[in-house]
Amino acid sequence: MYALVDGNNFYVSCERVFRPSLNGRAVVVLSNNDGCAIARSNEAKEMGIKMGAPWFQIRHLEQDAGLVSLSANFTLYGDMSDRMMTLSAGLGPTQEIYSIDESFVGLHGVRGDLVARAHKVRSRILQWAGIPTCIGIAPTKTLAKLANHISKSAERKPGSYPPALAQVCNFAALPAQDLDDVLGATEVGEVWGVGRRVAKQLQDGGIHTVLDLARMDPATIRRGWSVTLEKTVRELQGQPCIEMDDAPGPKQQIACTRSFGQPIYELGPLVEAVSEFAARAAEKLRKQSSLANELLVFMHTSPHRSGPQCSRSMVVPLRRPTDDTLALTQAAADSMRRMYVAGYSFVKAGVMLMDLQPGNVHQQELDLESLAATETAAVARDRSQLMSTMDAINVRYGKGTVHSVSNGRTGPERMLGMKQERKTPQYMSRLEDVPVARA
Amino acid sequence: MTSIFGIDTPQPLAATPLVLCMPEGHVRAGFPSPADDFAVNRLDLTQVLVKHPQATYLLRVAGNSMREAGIDDGDTLVVDKAVKPRHGHVVVAVVDGEFTVKYLHQRAGSMRLKAANPTFPDIVPKEGQTIEVWGVVSSCIKRFLV
Repeated sequence: MYALVDGNNFYVSCERVFRPSLNGRAVVVLSNNDGCAIARSNEAKEMGIKMGAPWFQIRHLEQDAGLVSLSANFTLYGDMSDRMMTLSAGLGPTQEIYSIDESFVGLHGVRGDLVARAHKVRSRILQWAGIPTCIGIAPTKTLAKLANHISKSAERKPGSYPPALAQVCNFAALPAQDLDDVLGATEVGEVWGVGRRVAKQLQDGGIHTVLDLARMDPATIRRGWSVTLEKTVRELQGQPCIEMDDAPGPKQQIACTRSFGQPIYELGPLVEAVSEFAARAAEKLRKQSSLANELLVFMHTSPHRSGPQCSRSMVVPLRRPTDDTLALTQAAADSMRRMYVAGYSFVKAGVMLMDLQPGNVHQQELDLESLAATETAAVARDRSQLMSTMDAINVRYGKGTVHSVSNGRTGPERMLGMKQERKTPQYMSRLEDVPVARA
Repeated sequence: MTSIFGIDTPQPLAATPLVLCMPEGHVRAGFPSPADDFAVNRLDLTQVLVKHPQATYLLRVAGNSMREAGIDDGDTLVVDKAVKPRHGHVVVAVVDGEFTVKYLHQRAGSMRLKAANPTFPDIVPKEGQTIEVWGVVSSCIKRFLV
């Protein structure tokens, strides 16, 4: 048995813990650079604001309907997530943290009334961390995720499902007929692992509800679609195919991309931007002890604005797999210089490290050319000590304390610094920012 | 990494500086310390002040209504949301969407918030209104100029 514990409107709920005046109001949290809505309170959902709605499209609701919008405060959400995850883990013996606001908990060997236990954990998370959650319980992870979706819908939209399933929904405790009714009332697109395209294909093939999909023959699905979808069908039938993944494997790609606070026309700031992105990505790369074989750099203009459009990208194969900030920054800056074209207003750029390999694997090389001939002596030198020292300094004294010169200026005066006009304070990580209690 | 074995090209001697590691701990020349058997961890202030780490938050006091409880303007409160609020606790409550720190007074089914300063009136929930207790204050940190 598995449980999926998921925070309701997580980012908004985090903000509300420290600003109770936001309770009952329509609130959205905006993505980096205040681009689009990435979390919505129920009241905001009722206004018809869609997930990912661009800020400029919903901005008028601030005046017209009292919408409150906040810049994302990921430091705060990370801390609250940590509290929520630790408390969720009390539900069973194993836990897989799936995202910032959801975790699977393995319930193997847990005896007694699972629904009552889940309600207890749920109210503890609400009391201790102040975050409302919903919990789905089922024999497989795919079903647990679906049960979670149903517990949320039953709470938020009365009438969509039986009210008893609100907040905590245990499929295993439902009579077979009731479970069929629930699955029959749920669209196939809600299933974990069924994307928009596959959902469309399934619907065209007459498979509309989750129940329709669960009744399919796995072999037919494998022939018609894929092994992945077959797994999903088996999971819907109650046969576990997706194991608990306690320690997520290292990422296969590491990206660092960002929209600029304001459009950039010149080469200089673009080089600074991708240098900084490469340095960030390199830091993440070292954290998971991997090496990159390729680096991709891209930039583009805004598709939402009129004016000439330009979108460019370049993949740089690296001479040797590396996690060296200076080598990666160099590669990113060089490719930016090569692909830059004047006359466009670029709004976004990014760096992606690809073809990653474990750091402890080394390809032996035939010494056909001397190192000095292909690279400068500086690049060939082992700089792992320098890199770990740099990481340590930046952890201790704050991001960007030491960086390569090509990153340009750092700190608030930076041109591409994020636009975060509506960010709440660092309630839990800066003593000057802790919330105030009137006395 | 170059392995020690299988070097087939001449290598300069001591190509990298040889670093001697310090052995861990101290090498004692005299008697072993008589305190060794009694070594325990030093008191950790976090452990003293924080009972439920997942439920503990810091808040800053603004105002003088709790002066007689020893809570002054500018003090830092340690607030534990895991503790069930009871009569007599110093609590952080939500009043009109703002945090306020007061004594919780719960008697005969009625609830009010009391200040520790006679110039401040009690806060009594209006008809049909409830006051939400956000957390219980477990400590007050007062810092002096040093």
